[in-house]
Amino acid sequence: MFLKKITAIFCLITVSLVFTPRSAEATNECFEGVSRSIFKFNLAFDDVILEPIAKGYNKLPKPIKNGTSNFTSNIATLLSIPNSLLQGNLKQVGHATGSFFVNSTFGILGFLNPAEKMGLKPHKEDVGQTLGAYGIGPGCYFVLPVFGPTTVRDSFGLIADTFIDPFAHVTIRENELLSISGNDLDYYSVKGATAIDFRSDNIINFESVEKNSIDLYSSFKSVYLQDRVNKIKNSIVEDDDWGNLDN
Amino acid sequence: MRNFVICSTFIIVFFNSLALAFSSDPKEFVNELVNETIGKLADKNLTEDEKKNFVEKIALENVDINALSLYTLGELRKTSSKEDVIKYKKAFERYFLKTLTSRLNDYSSSKFEVVGADKKSTNYTIVSSKVSPSNGGVEIKIDWRVYTKDPEKPLIRDLIVEGLSLARTQKEEFASILNSNNNDLEFLINKLEEF
Repeated sequence: MFLKKITAIFCLITVSLVFTPRSAEATNECFEGVSRSIFKFNLAFDDVILEPIAKGYNKLPKPIKNGTSNFTSNIATLLSIPNSLLQGNLKQVGHATGSFFVNSTFGILGFLNPAEKMGLKPHKEDVGQTLGAYGIGPGCYFVLPVFGPTTVRDSFGLIADTFIDPFAHVTIRENELLSISGNDLDYYSVKGATAIDFRSDNIINFESVEKNSIDLYSSFKSVYLQDRVNKIKNSIVEDDDWGNLDN
Repeated sequence: MRNFVICSTFIIVFFNSLALAFSSDPKEFVNELVNETIGKLADKNLTEDEKKNFVEKIALENVDINALSLYTLGELRKTSSKEDVIKYKKAFERYFLKTLTSRLNDYSSSKFEVVGADKKSTNYTIVSSKVSPSNGGVEIKIDWRVYTKDPEKPLIRDLIVEGLSLARTQKEEFASILNSNNNDLEFLINKLEEF
């Protein structure tokens, strides 16, 4: 019964997404008023919690910061392997798998990144990107508390990620894989560290956007949607409108 | 004495204009322009007003603010009256120059390096660069969309920071403001003037 419900919801979402616009600019809002309120909450959350932690984290010695960044990136590679496979990108499957095994062994559990020096550069892939690569549009845009900007496709992907991510499999799903197991705390600690690492890398960028925007909510929306399109295409997607100005 | 004043004025004007004349090769153009700007912003002997005036002068000469203003207006540029578009362009220019100094100041303590150039067409070259923050933070990739229709006078049209176009972000920000206000251009102009 539960499986039937899940299948029905999946089909419904898939059908609704297929017929939605795909360009960043054309992405409509799901419920703008609510999203703007959540956005304000997230800004306050960032001011009070995330930014101070990120600033403190930035004061740590460089080897510790780099080690943390490498460690979280290495674990994120686990999600990229099945997604690259689902996208039929065998080259990326090779890069992600090779990178994970080299860094987890020679790189001392991923704290070092010798794989990069060997030319292994895996892209970060998730289910939202895989669905995008299948031609499924983003659906409408909204903002999640704490998690931030998303779309219908990407929020569905966020949940689906926890089903195909081997790291989630051994932590929040409490299964054993190659005699390795963990718990919820491991999962959320790594996700938290990833968020802090990302925020600390973008202190100046965030401040610059905040200072210079007339409508900060729209700036973040644009940045999020552009970034997702680039990640799905694995390249920078250019806007044709410049060409129209030259005529 | 009169000749001395004329001669001195000529020399000052000549060298001032020479100092701001950058290479016509897009890669060199970006390299010279950015390093000159970063150097000025980091100069402790200059006042904030002097730095601001320098950035504004350099932007007016080397950034295609006219095209940028039209681009950020999107489709509305085709349906708005000529007078409204002119008014918008003026408001946009003021807003752009104001935010540019602030944006550049944020990155002025960073090390800048041009790493390559890709000629996309006769009109465009994308110049790739990287910025390394002095505090040892993560390196930022910045691509410069250089408009080369006049090969002797390249102009910057957009900055693409880690794959994210600043012009496009601005355009979508304006579009959102316009959408929420019945595409009222006057409302956007007021917002820009209030900034």
